[in-house]
Amino acid sequence: MRVGGFLAKRLALALVTLWLLSVLVFAGGQLLPGDVARAILGPLADVRAIINLDRELGLDRPLLVQYWDWISHFVTGDMSRSYVYRAAVAPFVLTALGFSLKLGAVAFVLVVPFGIADGVFAALHAGRPIDRIISMIGLTATILPEFVTGIVLIIVFGIWLKMLPITANWPPDAGFLTQIYYLLLPSMPLVLALFGYLARMARAGTIEALAADYTRTAVLKGLKPRAVLWRHVLRNSLLPTITVVATQMGHLMGGLVIIEMLFRYPGIGGLIFAAARDKDFPMLEAGVLMVGIIYCLAGLAADVFYALLNPRIRLGAAE
Amino acid sequence: MLSRSGTFMSGMLIIGFWTACAVFGRLVVPFDPFEDDILNALGPPSAAHWFGTDQLGRDVFSRVIVGARDVLEVAPLATLLGVVLGVMLGLVTGYFRGIVDDVIGRVIDAVLALPLVIIALLALTAIGVSSITVVVVIGSIFALLIARTVRAAVLSERDLDYVAAAKLRNERAIYILGVEILPNIIPPIVVEATVRLGYAIFAVATLSFLGFGIQPPSPDWGLAVSESYGLINGGIWWPVLFNTLAIASLVIGVNLAADSLQSAFDT
Repeated sequence: MRVGGFLAKRLALALVTLWLLSVLVFAGGQLLPGDVARAILGPLADVRAIINLDRELGLDRPLLVQYWDWISHFVTGDMSRSYVYRAAVAPFVLTALGFSLKLGAVAFVLVVPFGIADGVFAALHAGRPIDRIISMIGLTATILPEFVTGIVLIIVFGIWLKMLPITANWPPDAGFLTQIYYLLLPSMPLVLALFGYLARMARAGTIEALAADYTRTAVLKGLKPRAVLWRHVLRNSLLPTITVVATQMGHLMGGLVIIEMLFRYPGIGGLIFAAARDKDFPMLEAGVLMVGIIYCLAGLAADVFYALLNPRIRLGAAE
Repeated sequence: MLSRSGTFMSGMLIIGFWTACAVFGRLVVPFDPFEDDILNALGPPSAAHWFGTDQLGRDVFSRVIVGARDVLEVAPLATLLGVVLGVMLGLVTGYFRGIVDDVIGRVIDAVLALPLVIIALLALTAIGVSSITVVVVIGSIFALLIARTVRAAVLSERDLDYVAAAKLRNERAIYILGVEILPNIIPPIVVEATVRLGYAIFAVATLSFLGFGIQPPSPDWGLAVSESYGLINGGIWWPVLFNTLAIASLVIGVNLAADSLQSAFDT
């Protein structure tokens, strides 16, 4: 299978990327100024207590041994122990991941159809005022930091209009719809940040497909405009957009750090922020590596979609 | 030309306004931006205090005007560092290629598998937070991104005749890179630098908001938002809103300028 070969290559690349990432993340932990045990026990701690804690945490061993110990346990799901909570890191990371997935899913479900539809609409009206307005809104929404859009949205919809709750923490017995209601406001800054990219890609792809020879042929042979759009234009124009959706996952997760702190939401971004603030390196390393893994998985998923939808790869004509 | 482009001029106008505020702001503001006045804390916008007062009674309007300063020092410095390192890295990897190019390419991929804010958080936690480390961290990440653009530009130049001619004249590699190739790839570098400046302001403001950027008692906008955003739950929105609008205007201004620069070079 040619698709198999294409995907095997991508998978191998993703694994190399993740391995390098794990080395970088581990190296980051080693740069921490001063002694980890000193940082945990405080400046007044006894020297013997520090040596003991170093031995207990395994910090007196050679770096390569420490790295191997960390990464070989990590791949089995054992993400070492938090300095702050003195407990295994994995349950914290997995619970937080579940919360973030919920928030990310709400944002994605809102932005993908909306962004693509607006991009296609703008392309069909290219050069007219409505096209410029959509492009301007998209560009502005994309370049603003998430905490800026987040705070303006909180003030307008939460404080002045009192339409939406300003915290993401739903009451304990909240059902599915109530949870989504509480996630609407927190997901909006993410939706805005992604909207511009998606709309721009969909617009550019559609304009290119509209100008292509196959579209002219379809129009000239008398096909109805609706059929031309669905069968000839969109099938070609949305292919690159799918890749953008996946690469924007990384952008989305950067935004989660801000949004989850702003709305006090217990997701992976909030966890990374708290771990960085408390210098809880095992927690920070696990959280950061997890974000990298998700990003690589999203990239692989995009490659799979792309390979399945693109006959040039499916039939082995490309590469 | 650029001076006739409305987008470019309005972008430059916004940047110019905030730069003037950063340089001369202290001289013209109605109140001392650093002076506490606890008795008048958290006053809503009024005739005396146009943007109200914050939790220590400091005049928000004066702080917003002066608050442009740190971000306008840190973000351009980070961009400059990124451009200098990135251009050198991109020139070398694009021209020599080979194993070093492959290894650096992989490392760049690994770093870019993480959002900027998260790499910066990790790096700043490791080496400590100050304006200088923020410049170094953001500059280094930008260097990797810029190196990619420069490398791609070098790849399309390195096989052209003028490079071959220089090689036949037995010029040294450093001469070919600096005197022959570099002048021909200036336009993409200028565009990249302005786009990066917008991202740098974005990143510095975000890091300051998280407490990992510019440190107190600076009136920096991101820092001011982080100090006061807890108050909006109680309906006190003015210390936060005007600072976020200031950040928004600067980011939009830089991007307007960057966008029109890009289309000017494209045509």
